[in-house]
Amino acid sequence: MKSIRLLWNYMHGNRLTYLGAILSVGMAALFTIMGPLVIRITIDSIIGDQPMTAPFPILSFMEGYDVRPLRQALWIPGMLLITITLLRGIFIFLRGRLSAQASETTARKLRDRLYDHLQYLPYSYHKQADTGDLIQRCTSDVETIRRFLGAQFVEVGNALFMVTFSAYVMLSLDKRMTLISLAVVPVIFTFAVVFFRKVRTAFQTADEAEAEMTTVLQENLTGVRVVRAFANQAFEIEKFEEKNSAHRHKVFHLIWLLACYWGSSDFLALAQIAIVAAAGAYFTAQGSLSIGTMVVYSSYVGMLLWPVRQMGRILTDMGKALVAAERIQEILDAPREVLEENFNKPEIKGGIVFDNVYFGYEPDKPVLKGISFTVEPGQTVGILGHTGSGKSSLMHLLVRLYDYQGGSIKVDGVELKEIDKKWIRRHVGVVPQEPFLFAKTIRENITLARSDAQDEEVFQIAKDAAIHDVIMQFDKGYDTLVGERGVSVSGGQRQRIAIARALITHSPILIFDDSLSAVDTETDLAIRQALRGRARRATTFLISHRITSLSNADLILVLDDGQIVQAGTHEELVNEPGLYQRIWDLQASLAEEAVE
Amino acid sequence: MHDPYEDHYPDKVDLKLWREILRFAKPFRRELGLLIVVVIGVALVDALFPYMNKIAIDQFVVPQTTEGIGWFVGGYLAIVVIQALNVYLFITTAGKVETGLSYEIRKHGFIRLQELSLSFYDKKAVGWLMARMTSDVNRLGEIVSWGCVDLFWGSASMVVYTAVMFALNWRLALVSLAVVPLLVVVSLFFQKRILREHRQVRRLNSRITGAYNEGITGATTTKIMSREEQNLAEFSQLTGSLRASAIRAAVYSSLFLPIVLLLGSTGTGLALWYGGKSVLQGAVSYGVLVAFISYTLQFFEPVREMARVFAELQAAHASAERVISLIQTEPEIKDSPEVVAKYGSSLKLSANSQLPPLRGDITFEHVSFAYNPDEPVLTDFNLEVKAGETIALVGETGAGKSTVVNLACRFYEPTSGRILIDGVDYRTRPLLWLHGSLGYVLQSPHLFSGTIMENIRYGRLTATDEEVIEAAKLVNAHQFIMKLEKGYQTEVGEGGGLLSTGEKQLISFARAVLANPRIFVLDEATSSIDTETELLIQEAIKKVLQGRTSFVIAHRLSTIRSADRIVVIRGGAIQEQGTHEELMQAKGYYYRLYMNQFLDEQQNSLLRV
Repeated sequence: MKSIRLLWNYMHGNRLTYLGAILSVGMAALFTIMGPLVIRITIDSIIGDQPMTAPFPILSFMEGYDVRPLRQALWIPGMLLITITLLRGIFIFLRGRLSAQASETTARKLRDRLYDHLQYLPYSYHKQADTGDLIQRCTSDVETIRRFLGAQFVEVGNALFMVTFSAYVMLSLDKRMTLISLAVVPVIFTFAVVFFRKVRTAFQTADEAEAEMTTVLQENLTGVRVVRAFANQAFEIEKFEEKNSAHRHKVFHLIWLLACYWGSSDFLALAQIAIVAAAGAYFTAQGSLSIGTMVVYSSYVGMLLWPVRQMGRILTDMGKALVAAERIQEILDAPREVLEENFNKPEIKGGIVFDNVYFGYEPDKPVLKGISFTVEPGQTVGILGHTGSGKSSLMHLLVRLYDYQGGSIKVDGVELKEIDKKWIRRHVGVVPQEPFLFAKTIRENITLARSDAQDEEVFQIAKDAAIHDVIMQFDKGYDTLVGERGVSVSGGQRQRIAIARALITHSPILIFDDSLSAVDTETDLAIRQALRGRARRATTFLISHRITSLSNADLILVLDDGQIVQAGTHEELVNEPGLYQRIWDLQASLAEEAVE
Repeated sequence: MHDPYEDHYPDKVDLKLWREILRFAKPFRRELGLLIVVVIGVALVDALFPYMNKIAIDQFVVPQTTEGIGWFVGGYLAIVVIQALNVYLFITTAGKVETGLSYEIRKHGFIRLQELSLSFYDKKAVGWLMARMTSDVNRLGEIVSWGCVDLFWGSASMVVYTAVMFALNWRLALVSLAVVPLLVVVSLFFQKRILREHRQVRRLNSRITGAYNEGITGATTTKIMSREEQNLAEFSQLTGSLRASAIRAAVYSSLFLPIVLLLGSTGTGLALWYGGKSVLQGAVSYGVLVAFISYTLQFFEPVREMARVFAELQAAHASAERVISLIQTEPEIKDSPEVVAKYGSSLKLSANSQLPPLRGDITFEHVSFAYNPDEPVLTDFNLEVKAGETIALVGETGAGKSTVVNLACRFYEPTSGRILIDGVDYRTRPLLWLHGSLGYVLQSPHLFSGTIMENIRYGRLTATDEEVIEAAKLVNAHQFIMKLEKGYQTEVGEGGGLLSTGEKQLISFARAVLANPRIFVLDEATSSIDTETELLIQEAIKKVLQGRTSFVIAHRLSTIRSADRIVVIRGGAIQEQGTHEELMQAKGYYYRLYMNQFLDEQQNSLLRV
């Protein structure tokens, strides 16, 4: 029941449209039912001599009239038939149009909502999320719901209306024939439901066989070099043959089951039609049934059987929509990152003070333990430390991906926790070690945070990031697409594009999280020089494994196990025993070795 | 590079192409024949039902007699049984054709993929190839089998209905069928548009999936860039187009049905009007009138189906084109006819081919090579490697290191010049001669799903369990494997996803060792792994290289130093070569590379705990 309420909620804003669709389903069914009645009146009362009758309220206003004079104008019942079909057509159209509008709009809103919600889920959520599963929920589960609203529910409604209306009309005409006409319907319905429930495993087996075959194919294609190097082509062909033929047989088995179903279900349905025809003929010959009524019964049976047989399939599928709704809701129920909009938005110049800062991803496992240091605006801070020493956590705190649990961080005198998250992020440029580029053009990737940037500025920034020349070498220059559908860029190029992307905002604070690791030392130097030459120097954090990158920093922090174990300038640290000195000495010894 | 989402649809139907497809259907000639017969049977029986109503009315109802009704019921039931059997038969047969044809096409496609050169794989994305082998082949299987069903059933139905109606009363038939040409035109018009919108919907759907993927994997970037609103705006544009397209498709479909119904009922209306008049004049029986009404109501179904098939044929045409072009692509590197004649096919050597065992001397003689004609990678490259020698290839990305390896392995062949193995141009020997003696460890190790045992055995399929374990021990993989709960029977997951990179590397070493190759190629990994595994790998490398001709695209200092010779490649030519000491003393390009690149490595290793 909960999932039905969920569906109801998702449909907010489209419920009236949907109601319109369902009413149209009913109206279309009503006019469908009326067609054979017109034929009946024409045959029985206009051409024939029977008194005119009609079930209430359909056409019953004409009851009792002698319609035989219409014999001279048979085009009138013909036109009536066409008019009824026209009305039926209008409602069929409305049914399709309105249900599509309601279901597609609902699906679109759901897609947008999911996308937006995912964007605002906190960093910690994304860190542990299974991307494939999330995408599955956002795409196929939404699709399942869309299909449920747009087609399945409407189909079921159609079947129900048809059965109800025709049963009503039939009952008003002849009780015996009604019973005979509907005798097999429940059997067919039950048969369909049971069959599709049973056959679900066969569907699954076929899907699995396809997945297995696809895996072999995929692994063969991605591992083509391994296959060739070991000359195992014949073995691979055999392996694929096995899966290919298993797939063939499983799918055929499924089709065979369906053939059995449709064969026997057709038998039942046709038998029902035959029974109606025979009984109709018998009663009519006896004189207890009119020809027109007989035509009505055989028409109705034909109209009813198809939707009823479809129901079996639809009903088994419908359960999926309810499960899908719950899976989607799990995402939507995950709490968003609290953005505290309209918080403090102070002017940010880049003065930063850490005072005894404590932080841990889990409260009882602190990663940063009492970090304190001071940076003046425009200064460069170098950070050195082992993997896991807490360097990246420091950076997470600065852009408020996480909040510190103890101590204080002040940015230009304002407590960081009290600054609007988006505001601070807009003023801190971050270049991660493995930057993510969007599947857009290089230009769009650079101007991600500032789409108004002009070409000249973009080029200048790209030159600062030592990537301009590389970009110009691509066939389409700055309009080159990056990613799956475009060129693949190397790790170093990626890092440099990300640097340009961060520089273009002219943020007063910049963080390079080991983001020059894939760039050679000469380019590294060029980039650092360009940074220093910029008009307004940003407060810069440089996390690096390369000591040469850090040597010019105003302040170098050596982190170990969440604490600052050494701090000072290059000159100071070189003369102090510790990690920094060890690495520095190593460099010297390598140089010596080279000279030898 | 081909766009994996690329979809282009030609307007004309190319008969030659379909002949190619039908060649694959040859094994199913009998099934297709049966299918056509059964489907025509279905159409005939379909036409019988309204006729039975006519009999009922004219034989029993109008004369007011029930005499002989038993025969009538019996006959009717017989028809019902026949039709049910027909339905069973045609679904089964069509299923046989569909699955069989897909199977055949896939099989040929896969074999061709095993023969195609690596240059082909460099040009086609895996996603593109996958799409050809899965959805395109499925579509072909469907269109040939079910398309056949619909086409023959549709045309047979139309012919039979028309024939019966004309036989009953040609005047009434002419009047009732007046709307059919219009029906055909309208059906084609709508089916084309419906299909086009559906394709658009599919295309947009795959773009939306891509956008979700990007939104989720790039979530942190979005946060840092504060780009949430713009992202949503862009995404919403996509979903907006999808919605519009889907509604348009729905509007076409929901317009189509009523219009067809209306046309159909116009036919019925005409039958009622003209037929009714004729009944009154006594020219036509009641039964004929009722039968006509049924026929006109049934007529639009085959028309609609045929229109759908014609529209789908166009989409399938694009699939056929791509699949056939894949299967007909000729491999760039293959054994010459003389070689095949002498030693057997490119996938399996003939048993009696008397090939000398490979020793491992490799000589590059004035070799030039280019992936694209206007961008030469190697020019006049000369290198002589003695059997058992280890060569470290050093140079910047793009200098041509991998190309040298690709050529030595004959994954590519020189554009000019020649490569000798054991003093013989390798083009005069079968590919398998070289590849069977090759060991190859990639930068990112590729494993196949299956157990560890199966993955190591991939190096030599005939190896016993003991030999596999022996190989694992040799490269230090045994210890970690035994620590796993199921040992050698542990599943590695798709692409080896359940193991760490270091573990995968060890297994790929074991696999290479088991092959006991004469020539060994190692494309060393740059990605850092934990120190312990790193040490194990270093040891493994040493053992593997021993006594084999080896090419190492080296990144680690220790590997380079232990090489017999370092070949420094720059701009597609050998810049320097010699031992580490010699090159360091020369203070040339290698010296600079060494200072820049390997300093980093040293610092990194100090910083790793």
